[in-house]
Amino acid sequence: MDYKALGLKAGIEIHQQLDTEEKLFCRCPTTLRKTGEHAGEFFRYLHATVSEMGEIDRAAAEEMMDRRQFHYLTYDTTCLVENDEEPPAPMNREALEIALALAKIFAMHPVEQVHTMRKLVIDGSNTSGFQRTALVAMGGILPNGGVVETICLEEEAAQRVEGSTFSLDRLGIPLVEITTSPCMFTPEDVQQTAEYIGMVLRSTGKVKRGLGTIRQDINVSIAAGARVEIKGVQELDLIAEVVRREAQRQTTLLAIRDELRARRASVGEEVRDVTPLFAGTESSILKKAKVIRAFVLHGFAGLVGREIQPGRRLGSEISDYVKKCGLGGIFHSDELPAYGVTAEEVARLREHLGAADEDAIVIVSGSKEKTACGARQAQHRARRALEGVPEETRKMLEEGSTSYMRPLPGAARMYPETDVFPVAIPDGLWEEIRAPELLCDLARRFENDLGLDAALARQVVSSESLPLFRAAVDAGIRPNLAARTILGTLKELGRDGVAVSRLAPAEILAVLRAVEDGTVAKEAIPEILSAVAAGTAVAEAVGAHAGGMSDGDLATLVQAIVADRIDFVREKGMRALGPLMGLVMAEARGKVDGRKVSEALRQEISRVI
Amino acid sequence: MSDTFTTGDIVAASCRGQPVEGIYITDRDGMAVVKLGSGYNIGVDPATCTLVAKSGETAVQPPLTVEQDESLPELAIISTGGTIASKIDYRTGAVTSQFTADDILRAIPGLSSIGRYRAGVLATILSENMTPSIWQDLARAIHAAIRDGAAGVLVTHGTDTMAYSASAVSYMLDTPVPVVFVGSQRSADRPSSDNVMNGMCAAAAAGADLGEIAVTMHATTNDDFCAVHRATRVRKMHTSRRDAFQSHGMAPIGRVDFPSLAVHLTDDAVRRGACTLALHDRLEERCGLLYFYPGMAPEILRAYEGYRGLVIAGTGLGHVSTGCIRAVRDLIDAGAAVVMTSQCLHGRVCDRVYDTGRDLLSAGVIEGEDMLPEAALTKLMWVLGNESDPERVQRLMTADLKGEIRRRSDHGL
Ligand SMILES: [Zn+2]
Repeated sequence: MDYKALGLKAGIEIHQQLDTEEKLFCRCPTTLRKTGEHAGEFFRYLHATVSEMGEIDRAAAEEMMDRRQFHYLTYDTTCLVENDEEPPAPMNREALEIALALAKIFAMHPVEQVHTMRKLVIDGSNTSGFQRTALVAMGGILPNGGVVETICLEEEAAQRVEGSTFSLDRLGIPLVEITTSPCMFTPEDVQQTAEYIGMVLRSTGKVKRGLGTIRQDINVSIAAGARVEIKGVQELDLIAEVVRREAQRQTTLLAIRDELRARRASVGEEVRDVTPLFAGTESSILKKAKVIRAFVLHGFAGLVGREIQPGRRLGSEISDYVKKCGLGGIFHSDELPAYGVTAEEVARLREHLGAADEDAIVIVSGSKEKTACGARQAQHRARRALEGVPEETRKMLEEGSTSYMRPLPGAARMYPETDVFPVAIPDGLWEEIRAPELLCDLARRFENDLGLDAALARQVVSSESLPLFRAAVDAGIRPNLAARTILGTLKELGRDGVAVSRLAPAEILAVLRAVEDGTVAKEAIPEILSAVAAGTAVAEAVGAHAGGMSDGDLATLVQAIVADRIDFVREKGMRALGPLMGLVMAEARGKVDGRKVSEALRQEISRVI
Repeated sequence: MSDTFTTGDIVAASCRGQPVEGIYITDRDGMAVVKLGSGYNIGVDPATCTLVAKSGETAVQPPLTVEQDESLPELAIISTGGTIASKIDYRTGAVTSQFTADDILRAIPGLSSIGRYRAGVLATILSENMTPSIWQDLARAIHAAIRDGAAGVLVTHGTDTMAYSASAVSYMLDTPVPVVFVGSQRSADRPSSDNVMNGMCAAAAAGADLGEIAVTMHATTNDDFCAVHRATRVRKMHTSRRDAFQSHGMAPIGRVDFPSLAVHLTDDAVRRGACTLALHDRLEERCGLLYFYPGMAPEILRAYEGYRGLVIAGTGLGHVSTGCIRAVRDLIDAGAAVVMTSQCLHGRVCDRVYDTGRDLLSAGVIEGEDMLPEAALTKLMWVLGNESDPERVQRLMTADLKGEIRRRSDHGL
């Protein structure tokens, strides 16, 4: 696809959890917990006024939203602030300084006084019903000429466990949000920029690692399309694909619009209760429904079922809107007969509604209230198909297609968090902030100064074990040995089922030092580390696997010691073994296994007596 | 200069050299607060601000009247400053408290299914700025509302001193209908605020078969039910939790489930119509409440010279140090009524067990039984407002007037 011709424009918003000691607005640790460890739970309702809920109509809003009950799990690592039962503590300085360090890297302007805001979030993921967020810096640049618009510091939301149950361990972990302008014009641009920003974030050494700790939101539009925000892309590798598929979706929706207009298509106003038509239906979904309603989409035939993205049709888009009313989705005539709905039933329905062949029909089923809400939502989405691409917030599905989440939020849903004082960033503080060395520069330095090959250097800097590698190099271990052990050997051992996570950095360093001072051969590293991981002390494991004293050396040592005390040996015979053992071990400890020493001594003694 | 700007003006400013434009909000601590297009506020150097456009006339929303169901009981809402309803102006970020019946109903739509409302504003103050004279105005306003036909009265109140106001009103007012104090611990602007549940439960209690002054607030941290507390028995026991209000010396007199709004009253609760409406609105303001501590100088007690009454929150069973007893005696000899209560909050005062207690009794201290210190203070103000004979004062202070004294200590911690 020629993205330039399409007028593709994209920007990204990257949310990264920070690895601080404490949360952003309370003194709890930023530790994630297993839900089984929860210490308590409570439940609340969130009450939002209708204007804050966007598109859904008032009646539906009150039914669906006003009485939503949310359950929360608490831990011995969460407090009353997460419970929304205590005012927030002052903003975490450590987090602010990390955000400022990032601002320095992107050559941004920090604001002179940071004001914390409350951003309305009523999906239950914030106990308060809002997320605290603060703008820290503006106006930065990317190496490819792109623009970093803002860096914000905000609270992470609670983790949804299932349904309306949330876990409070994650709530309040500091997040930096880095927002670029729509300064990218190809899917690959977007991916590369995301990769670059991710690298910058990791350069601080203060970010959480692992799935879910970094999330990308992508803004995409094409020339005649609309701005769409795709939430929660966790896999970096999928970013380009998500952008490609969104460009495809918008292009197809525009083509559908043009065809609808050419056909003079329209959305039928009248929603009919067609429950009696399906009295004897075999469709399990319709059989369960108290009420079945249907309406006509004039001139839509064939287009509701047209694919707009892999696995997605216009019908899926309509379904998404209907799901907001608590229904499972819709049936539409482009996909029928199917799902137990017979051709006869479809024909009867067409006749009943007076639908022509070029018309499509949408069916919703469920309770009286929900189907009324669902039909309105379906009509609403169908009308927007006549206009083109709706502005939306969407969520990523597996493989990179997306589904509708909610309307785009406006800037309007923010107001000051009066419980947190503004924080001044005086010139003195800004000057003291040091930008960390970027991992890409560090990799180059490792390549040039330490002699690592380029791929290994890149691997080292992007590894979570970078601090261990640096400690090893500082301790005089050859960089290549350190890198290969830390990145290669440990990974292979882990794959083989060794509990590498139980190895302390100090233990790994001790083993590497034993290699460097010649106590063991480097070939013995995997076995030694395996033994240590299984609970053996390092000294013992090193000794047991010592390649530092060859069999020949051991034989020479044993012969010399026996020869020196030949009278004693002749007098005591085998009983000399014990006393001599100590003498040999004084020389061989850590270099050779004790049993081997004992065996060598036994042989030598029996040879001389 | 920024003093030429008014809230809502569009201004251009510089943030360390980066040009920004936004809505001027206010000047604070030498910085100009500007709301950017993204919705974020930042503080900028006011000297860099220049006017882009004056604030346009904000389109005044046509006042939307909320339909009230004439078949429902008529309830009065009297606001004193605690907010159970507020509105956010997202353009400027301003949060304003709402006091008219319409505004409150729009903020808490569920109220309209419980009653029809008349709302009046008595005061718009923080509850720590309450005074005995406002308590008197409040008692009069409630009296008037009931006289005019209200089937129940809701008093919205800041939580800090709600228990003082509620118990003060208890002594001044004999009521045949429920008078329910309600507030919120978490600000009304937040979707998680306890205002909706507390407000609806309080309204349900105000329409129930209750005939006394009560406080209705969250009973647990869940949004599951509110407790209905007797006004003279309740105390705020946590700075910030929703379930801060707790009854002392007795269980709550009822509960209101949420969202069903089913009201369950205990046998202790005074029923609707048990009393006839009467107002006795005199208070003696020259009364104090003193928290004793080890090493307290007697001069502190002497500072109350000229007061007509003093409640002491003493230690344990009701003690002050031996060194303070002389000062207590002098206050009493000078004509003051001194009532002993306990810092323990739970349990009954007994000055007959230890020597200092016996000395206090012989000095003329009145044992405050199991009264909460705040309930004893407001009671003393009311008693001294109506009585001057020391013996009758003593008799009233040790008698149960509005549930503030229990003859039996049947309820543990
Ligand atoms: Zn906490």
